[in-house]
Amino acid sequence: MAKRTIERLQEVVIKFAGDSGDGMQLTGGQFTNTAALVGNDLGTFPDFPAEIRAPQGTLAGVSGFQINFGSKEIFTPGDQCDVLVAMNAAALKVNLNTLRKGGTIIVNTSGFDAKNLKLAGYASNPLDDGSLEGYNLIRIDITKLTREATADITDLGLKEKDRCKNMFVLGFLFWMFDRPMDYTLQALQNKFAKNPSVLEANVRALKAGYNYGDTTETFTTRYRVEKAPMAPGEYRNIMGNQALALGLVAAAQKSGLKLFLGSYPITPASDILHELARYKNFGVITFQAEDEIAGICSAIGAAFGGNIGVTTTSGPGMALKTEAIGLAVMLELPLVICNIQRGGPSTGLPTKTEQADLLQALYGRNGECPLPVLAACSPADCFDTVYEAVRIALNHMTPVIFLSDGYLANGSEPWRFPTADQLPEIKVVFAEPRTNGTPFLPYQRDERLVRPWARPGTKGLEHRIGGLEKEDITGNISYEPENHEHMVKVREAKVERIADFIPLQTTEGPEQGEALIVGWGGTYGAIKAAVQDLNEQGYRIAQTHLRYLKPFPKNLGEILHRYPKVIVPEINNGQLIKVLRDKYLVPAVGINKIQGIPFTKAELVQRIKELVN
Amino acid sequence: MEEVLKEQTVKLTPKDFQTDQDVRWCPGCGDYSILKQVHTILPQLGIPREQIVFVSGIGCSSRFPYYTETYGLHGIHGRATAIAAGLKATRPDLSVWVVTGDGDALSIGGNHLIHLLRRNFDINVLMFNNEIYGLTKGQYSPTSPEGMVAKSTPYGSIDHPFNPIALALGADATFVARSMDRDPAHLQQMLLRCYHHRGTAFLEILQNCNIYNDGAFELFTEKATKKEHTVFLEHGKPLVFGEQQDKGIRLDGFTPRVVSLKEFSKEDLMIHDETDINKAMILSRLYEMNDGEHVYPKPFGVFYMRQRPTYEDALQQQIEQVIAKLGPPDLNKLLRGRETWVVE
Repeated sequence: MAKRTIERLQEVVIKFAGDSGDGMQLTGGQFTNTAALVGNDLGTFPDFPAEIRAPQGTLAGVSGFQINFGSKEIFTPGDQCDVLVAMNAAALKVNLNTLRKGGTIIVNTSGFDAKNLKLAGYASNPLDDGSLEGYNLIRIDITKLTREATADITDLGLKEKDRCKNMFVLGFLFWMFDRPMDYTLQALQNKFAKNPSVLEANVRALKAGYNYGDTTETFTTRYRVEKAPMAPGEYRNIMGNQALALGLVAAAQKSGLKLFLGSYPITPASDILHELARYKNFGVITFQAEDEIAGICSAIGAAFGGNIGVTTTSGPGMALKTEAIGLAVMLELPLVICNIQRGGPSTGLPTKTEQADLLQALYGRNGECPLPVLAACSPADCFDTVYEAVRIALNHMTPVIFLSDGYLANGSEPWRFPTADQLPEIKVVFAEPRTNGTPFLPYQRDERLVRPWARPGTKGLEHRIGGLEKEDITGNISYEPENHEHMVKVREAKVERIADFIPLQTTEGPEQGEALIVGWGGTYGAIKAAVQDLNEQGYRIAQTHLRYLKPFPKNLGEILHRYPKVIVPEINNGQLIKVLRDKYLVPAVGINKIQGIPFTKAELVQRIKELVN
Repeated sequence: MEEVLKEQTVKLTPKDFQTDQDVRWCPGCGDYSILKQVHTILPQLGIPREQIVFVSGIGCSSRFPYYTETYGLHGIHGRATAIAAGLKATRPDLSVWVVTGDGDALSIGGNHLIHLLRRNFDINVLMFNNEIYGLTKGQYSPTSPEGMVAKSTPYGSIDHPFNPIALALGADATFVARSMDRDPAHLQQMLLRCYHHRGTAFLEILQNCNIYNDGAFELFTEKATKKEHTVFLEHGKPLVFGEQQDKGIRLDGFTPRVVSLKEFSKEDLMIHDETDINKAMILSRLYEMNDGEHVYPKPFGVFYMRQRPTYEDALQQQIEQVIAKLGPPDLNKLLRGRETWVVE
């Protein structure tokens, strides 16, 4: 047996790519869970086509899953891949540009026959024509080896056996990165418990892949990525949409209210609906409405009834909900509107990420229509931020927009989950019944300018509210000029006053320095990695990342003016930057990318350098 | 519970349901009568005011909640049905009423209406049909007849109108009825039937807009013509109408015919059966058979009624089943998920 060496690596990026029917998401998910269980820090990002099953072998049908795992802190799914798994020619063609020079390519040679090459648009076979020189090319006839491994399972057809190809690849990577197979074996056991032949085929393919690495003498190096130094505690892996769903359930449990989700399926928000639909034993009501408008309107009805009303959607759905959001602002009822942003405008890029709905969230309604806007900064942060959105909605009697994006929604990271009693309390006060005959005044405000929440069914609080302008205090319809101006100002002041009840903005990095990078939403990890890199190179750059986009934390202006240069990277054409310039008169400069994909650390490092030097 | 029972014994009067707001419909509007009939029946329901919610959209009719001393929500155009659905799903204990118009319910809100009906929430939908847009000042509506000259159709409408009863039946509504503003006794009776039906009750109320579409229904409301042009449906009774109660509807296969009771006896007539969807479908199209030669009356009353589980009951049942299966909520377990690892 050849001498085997083990090389230690701090950080590895792998991309699994194949036809959308090749099971790459499942493979990536299994590799991720194993990485998490062995103690690596990690970040993942799936990249799948909008088509459920695009024609097999075509470029449009390529589905990918990227994981960055390491023995150090990981902030992003990684800029460039170290390893690319290409199950067919199209997968190679689409993803080769994400592979670093000298990186490893693992190909399934069966996926490079004449038909596949033609569909991928290759004039000659890249495996043979020298175009992959400079990469470490590993050719495996995965299809053939998988068939051989499952040859004596007689009650499965070739098609079913071929579906186990992904397990062969996974087994091979487990060998290559010195990981245990136990977790995946257990997962297969659970998944195929009712189908012993399919289970057997998958297990055999997985083990065959592992053994192939072990026994084939061509592979002499294995890699090991040690545990990452993470804060002590118990962790689980979590995706953004999952975290969001859990945050909503947790807020409902802690506030003692019923959670109602009115939603219409839309990418990339549908998984929240799927997730919450499973929690009926928590009393969660999910209502798949007939359209986006009914989604939010039913949530408004639930909120009027004294419940936590939530609606979830993405950009085009937000556009449809606009009028109803205005109604919720007028009614001053608690409501949480989750926008999982995707590439726009119109139908745009449904499966790609973008953060171009900020101005829509802040301003996109008729009339003067202010409401709080919050944005999550990582998959796990979706939990904390949506929990906070519910708290603000309930305590300040206002609809709140929560922004996430496709990158956070489908990305995952390890999460040191809280216990129920570690979560902040959410106290809800309903108006008390009255029997003394004094009229209930639905728009009489407290010192925070918050009106009372009167649940139907409460004696003596019968009242009528609606979208017409209200008279101050009584809530009766009023078209009086002065009253309208007053009410517009009061609604704005009420939202701005929330700044008294949120934490001050913090910065990471030097108190004084060459520049401050201001971000919001899903760019946090990439900015953090870039800033760390720059500061290691001797720059003095600080970072601040906004969760609260309306109202801004009270000290934001002071922070912005403390640095000679303010740089605002965004996955849009410059939206937060407009708001900051408007409100704080800072000569901020933007770094903008509008390609449907996140920033890489490398491009941020380079752009920030250009701006600072 | 005790509190509720005590409240039920407190006798409310129609006056208890009036608010301090001035009613601002045009003088002579049919809405006044409908408001009065609703205020008349509400004390008969035996439930306290705070258990009742009126939800409306936009339009003249949708001002209704402001004039009724219960909980009320004046929503946005066409969406009252969607708002009411969310309210009822979370608060099955409330008596929820939707007040809407032909434009609000059938044009901008058509989608929500049909889905409300098929889901069968226990909600009462009162659709005021005046065959015109009143609040926006006189455009034709989705129930306006072809040829109607209105502000937006100076040369006559070329739109084919909806038949609201047929639409509701087509959407699998479990209770479908028609009444009119000018027949208080019948309207009160229909309102009470709506309330007592468990499931979505759809009531079309023909309502005169004396400003933009005056007299649209006078054939059915005026003493001189009413008896010849209306037929009142009663379960188990033959369909008889006419000035002298001398005409009837007789089924000739699937085709209804107007016959004279001088030639036929009542036993030969179509007997109304509220539970028969096919008969309801036939009756929903009866008035459309008027072709100038044959004069068919317009039916009023309950076209159709059947029992089907309500959405909120099915929902509650499912929640209980899932709790039985998965156990009561355990937030810590939920947050932990299935796979965890510990960092020392």
